[in-house]
Amino acid sequence: MRLLISLLSGALFGLGLIVSGMTDTAKVQGWLDLFGNWDPTLAFVLGGAIIPMLFAWRIAERRKTAVLGNSIPVPVTSHIDRQLVLGSGFFGVGWALAGLCPGPAMAVLGYGGADAFIFFGAMAAGMIGYRAIFRPGAVAA
Amino acid sequence: MIPTDWIFGLIGGLMIGGAAALYLLVSGRILGASGILGGLVDGSGRDTMIERCVFIAGLIAAPVLYGLTVGFPATNLTSNPVILVIAGLFVGIGTRMANGCTSGHGVCGISRFSVRGIVATLCYLGAGFVAMWVFRHMLGVI
Repeated sequence: MRLLISLLSGALFGLGLIVSGMTDTAKVQGWLDLFGNWDPTLAFVLGGAIIPMLFAWRIAERRKTAVLGNSIPVPVTSHIDRQLVLGSGFFGVGWALAGLCPGPAMAVLGYGGADAFIFFGAMAAGMIGYRAIFRPGAVAA
Repeated sequence: MIPTDWIFGLIGGLMIGGAAALYLLVSGRILGASGILGGLVDGSGRDTMIERCVFIAGLIAAPVLYGLTVGFPATNLTSNPVILVIAGLFVGIGTRMANGCTSGHGVCGISRFSVRGIVATLCYLGAGFVAMWVFRHMLGVI
């Protein structure tokens, strides 16, 4: 059951990414091109994605337990630290350069050709390298 | 007249949010793409490895099925390997350092009114706007 839900969530996430146009790097880069030919599509995607989650968090607050039994994750910290700001800054730069964030980077692997694999490989290497060097504590998500 | 791209953006966005809601309420997990992949590749999420693999399999398979049915949209991804590698490294390192990306901090964080999620989103958006201006309009490399 748990695996089926993982598969369904992943599939619906991937479908949403391709339908919304977020697997098109030109659209994402267009959104970030605030001082050029700006494309506001991403705001509709993010806005649309937040709507079901607003309800989901309200239900989660009441239930505290997921359908499959484990407790619904609560935030470990609300502390704003340097890692959060600096890391998000690095991410933003990479996001602008190629027009891919981690979700779409995986969603295009099946049809994006070799270039998609080069980006994915570098992204995975960055993830592994960061942990190998800094050994941060438990991973939240 | 609203551009069709915006309507598809909204519909796709609702699907993304629906996926995150399903994952949260049924599986009890945060749908964060960088967290799901990161925990798999760096070994920190070994106990949930199969779950992570299955999620990613769905994430890769669904766009392929969509493409075979409706037609594959262009990715317009650069073929410049230098940019691909640098961008990938920045995204990989940055999302792990910040412990989240557009899905975890953006979709799941903002909807919970999480201060960390909102601050992270403002930071990657700000950095993205500036980087786009520098690399496209000043240096002309993208």
